[in-house]
Amino acid sequence: MYDVIIIGAGVTGCAVARYLSRYQGKMLVLERAEDVCCGTSKANSAIIHAGFDAAHGSLMAEMNVRGNRMVPQLARDLDFPFQMNGSLVVCMSEEDMPRLRALYENGVKNGVEHLEIVDSKRLHELEPNVSKNAVAALWAPTGGIVCPFNMTIALAENAYANGVEFRFNTKVTGFTRGSGCWTIHTDGGDFQTRYVVNAAGVYADVLHNMVSEERKLHITPRRGDYCLLDKQTGGFVSHTVFQLPGKLGKGVLVSPTVHGNIIVGPTAIDIEDRDGTNTTAAGLDDLIAKAGISVDNLPIRQTITSFAGLRAHEDHHEFVIGEVGDAPGFIDCAGIESPGLTSAPAIGETVAELLREKMGLAEKENFIATRKGLLDPKTLSREEYQALIRENPAYGQIICRCEQVTEGEIIDAIRRPLGARSLDGVKRRTRAGMGRCQAGFCSPRVMEILARELGVSQAEITKCGGASRLIVGVNKDSIGEVREG
Amino acid sequence: MEKRELTCIGCPLGCAITVTLDGGEVKDIVGFTCKRGKEYARKEVTNPTRIVTSTVRLIGSKTGACVVSCKTAQDIPKGKIFAVTAVLKDVIAAAPVNIGDVLLKDVAGTGVDIVATKAVR
Amino acid sequence: MKYEIAIIGGGPAGLAAAIAAYDAGCRSILILERDNQLGGILNQCIHNGFGLHTFGEELTGPEYAARFAKQVLDRGIEYKLNTMVLSISEDKKITAVNRTDGLIEIEATAVILAMGCRERSRGALNIPGFRPAGIYSAGTAQRLVNIEGFLPGRRVVILGSGDIGLIMARRMTLEGAKVLVVAELMPYSGGLKRNIVQCLNDFDIPLKLSHTVVDIQGRERVTGVTIAEVGPDRKPIPGTEIHYDCDTLLLSCGLLPENELSRGMGVTISPVTNGPVVDESLQTNIPGVFAAGNVLHVHDLVDFVSEEAAAAGRAAARYLEQGSQSGAGEINVTFEGGPRYTVPASIDPKRVSDDLVIRFRVGGVMKNRRVRLYLDDEVVVSRKRPVMAPGEMEELKLTKEALAAHPDLKRIHIAVEEA
Repeated sequence: MYDVIIIGAGVTGCAVARYLSRYQGKMLVLERAEDVCCGTSKANSAIIHAGFDAAHGSLMAEMNVRGNRMVPQLARDLDFPFQMNGSLVVCMSEEDMPRLRALYENGVKNGVEHLEIVDSKRLHELEPNVSKNAVAALWAPTGGIVCPFNMTIALAENAYANGVEFRFNTKVTGFTRGSGCWTIHTDGGDFQTRYVVNAAGVYADVLHNMVSEERKLHITPRRGDYCLLDKQTGGFVSHTVFQLPGKLGKGVLVSPTVHGNIIVGPTAIDIEDRDGTNTTAAGLDDLIAKAGISVDNLPIRQTITSFAGLRAHEDHHEFVIGEVGDAPGFIDCAGIESPGLTSAPAIGETVAELLREKMGLAEKENFIATRKGLLDPKTLSREEYQALIRENPAYGQIICRCEQVTEGEIIDAIRRPLGARSLDGVKRRTRAGMGRCQAGFCSPRVMEILARELGVSQAEITKCGGASRLIVGVNKDSIGEVREG
Repeated sequence: MEKRELTCIGCPLGCAITVTLDGGEVKDIVGFTCKRGKEYARKEVTNPTRIVTSTVRLIGSKTGACVVSCKTAQDIPKGKIFAVTAVLKDVIAAAPVNIGDVLLKDVAGTGVDIVATKAVR
Repeated sequence: MKYEIAIIGGGPAGLAAAIAAYDAGCRSILILERDNQLGGILNQCIHNGFGLHTFGEELTGPEYAARFAKQVLDRGIEYKLNTMVLSISEDKKITAVNRTDGLIEIEATAVILAMGCRERSRGALNIPGFRPAGIYSAGTAQRLVNIEGFLPGRRVVILGSGDIGLIMARRMTLEGAKVLVVAELMPYSGGLKRNIVQCLNDFDIPLKLSHTVVDIQGRERVTGVTIAEVGPDRKPIPGTEIHYDCDTLLLSCGLLPENELSRGMGVTISPVTNGPVVDESLQTNIPGVFAAGNVLHVHDLVDFVSEEAAAAGRAAARYLEQGSQSGAGEINVTFEGGPRYTVPASIDPKRVSDDLVIRFRVGGVMKNRRVRLYLDDEVVVSRKRPVMAPGEMEELKLTKEALAAHPDLKRIHIAVEEA
């Protein structure tokens, strides 16, 4: 019997897990994919929003601004990359100025600090590559960029270090309510728990609607396509450049990433398929056309990859956080679309506090409040790096040449608790495969290391768990067999 | 009478050559620009041959290699390519291997040996 | 560590450069190679067709590499394996790393860039669809099949009819896979004709020109690929889609010279070739820094790589003796009627000590042309070319004599015209 089971190991679920792990109790995170951070958390704009966009008075606004204030310290405590590079919302015409001013007012009311409307001259000083046609901008110095993979993984690792269990490849199929407890049915067996936290992303409404009749939730997966540009384009913009938000969301942004790439996106395309993370030609064309509005000469030809993520857009465009009225013990964290990433720490803290109060949880005496990420030799001095290689020669072997990732880091990524078990797991933790050659060079080598570390044959190594085998067999293995034509 | 069109592969020019055959016998060749091209065309329509390059399994390698690259020491009839690969499936070479080592004699009844093309410790 | 010549890359270019530099008298040479063996990409090119020009024989890639590696070993030229160069400073200080030496810094008087090239990825092509397992660049698949002995898939669609795609069509077929189609964006194939015959025709693998991949299906592993015809603007034509059930997509859509290190040290890169801009000595804008092989411009025949790299090796050895002369006498090679670039990009006649090879590629398929090389207004080379294609590099030899006969030279020009 668990005290709390969290469904979903995205950034929301992992944040709840981490803040909950401050308290005593038996906690478990169930995740249908093979690893943490496999849903929306791995395919988003990676922005820590300042908080001027969310409607004043909404839970989104509250969580956004609170989360924005929590992230810098959290990034230090949990050792994930974060930069407060500042955001600019660019206004392209005088007619749109009222909308820009309204955004500013909304931000001020939301409690966003240091907001300022800047004129064209100041705007172009701040950001020379902004379109010549831009007339003004909202300047929000408290906006930032983060590594969403590292943030999610850091939250998960810290939760795990504090005793939270994680089960992967476990899909929830139903619930049964008992007295004072819930039974969660999964394709890997049943689990009993006093409280359930529903952080299931684009499936949160499906789970909620299994237990509640009073109010049904409806989540529409809203796809965002992105293009990621080569690090050579780094510096094209140094702040996150937004366009004025519209009905479907914040619009297409152009931003640096914490790793030195430029990211362009997202589109906002409502789809039905909750697993429809495929980009489309129309989506990418739309994206490229829109991205060029706020900046001049976007080096879009330097795209190294494109991808899509699904926002969990609830009909009411608002976070649904709290205990379900007609399903006591069932806590929703649903509808976590943008500003979900920013809000995650605040949501985590809020839900943890909610549960502490309801369950009378006691604080842990030995809560481990910090977590150290992978050792990145690039952060060491020459002497330190030399000493590291002497002690552990694997750090002297570069595996991913585009991102300069060493074998030492890859081994660390696999061996550490909640370590990588697939190519994508290694990629999210180390960046191996995220560079300009997109794993062309390193994937055979990473596969070899994974096979060796996990004690399996290379034929069993997957890209992202499940059926995503990379190798189907060995040379000539089907010759001589009767094959279909 | 039969006309066969082919592209010469002797050099990057890739001349388009037409061979006229009567009952399997070459009657005329046009389109070549060098002697090699003419010979290639004649051979290609009467007895096309290929060098087959492939890999065979390797055991005992100190570097952990599991396969070694190999080739037919001379060209073999084109129609026997798959017969050759079927035989190669069951060949296991043992390290160390040097370039030119015979890994299999007279593959698939062609009279041609399979030789290693890579040195492996 | 101090060396007179440091060579970045121990593939065919690096090996040939080292041998030539040694034979020109240099005894302080170091080759830096990131793989666990010398030979570079040739180690995985187990097909034959290499060496016809160099050795008069047709060799497989590993055999060709072994011939050069042996020459390096016989001369006692130093090399480090499993060593990745992290950066090179403008003053030719090389930072590299490996397991045994750790972080090392090498001061070189001359540097020869021989890093080769990499493949264009699916991401860079912006092919829409899911991102399942089973999508490989042809070269990565080649490594898996030829070096590791692993089969990346059983039902294969290939995008790109460059040589690597064609070679892999045959490789996969011989290893038991079914190759369903080779799709090619352009209206002509980018590969050698012999590969069309021996890799596609031999196995009845269809080649669809003017087609590209418009969608990839499969969430975890590829389940299918959709291709469509493209128009003259190279954009897919709606309604022409053809779907293939398959588990693998191989991409052979272009090679890009690997010039991160070059850019990092301030070497000027040509936007046409994506390789360094070089003069008649294959020297970049940085004195004492030379480039050869695929890192300079992507080659089709390794024999040309070896020739070019040998010239760079000799030039580096000369540089050690004579230092760099100023570039005041450089004449930019101009061209019209077809070439997209030339290597070298500029020639200073006073610094040419030997016959010079000028290499170039044309931008489209051209038939019945004549290529003329002009020194000032005089035609010094005139060649009939029945067929020229982007997939086949062209060479012109400019002799020492011809240059000598033109003191006060002002113009070096290549004109491609109707025959």
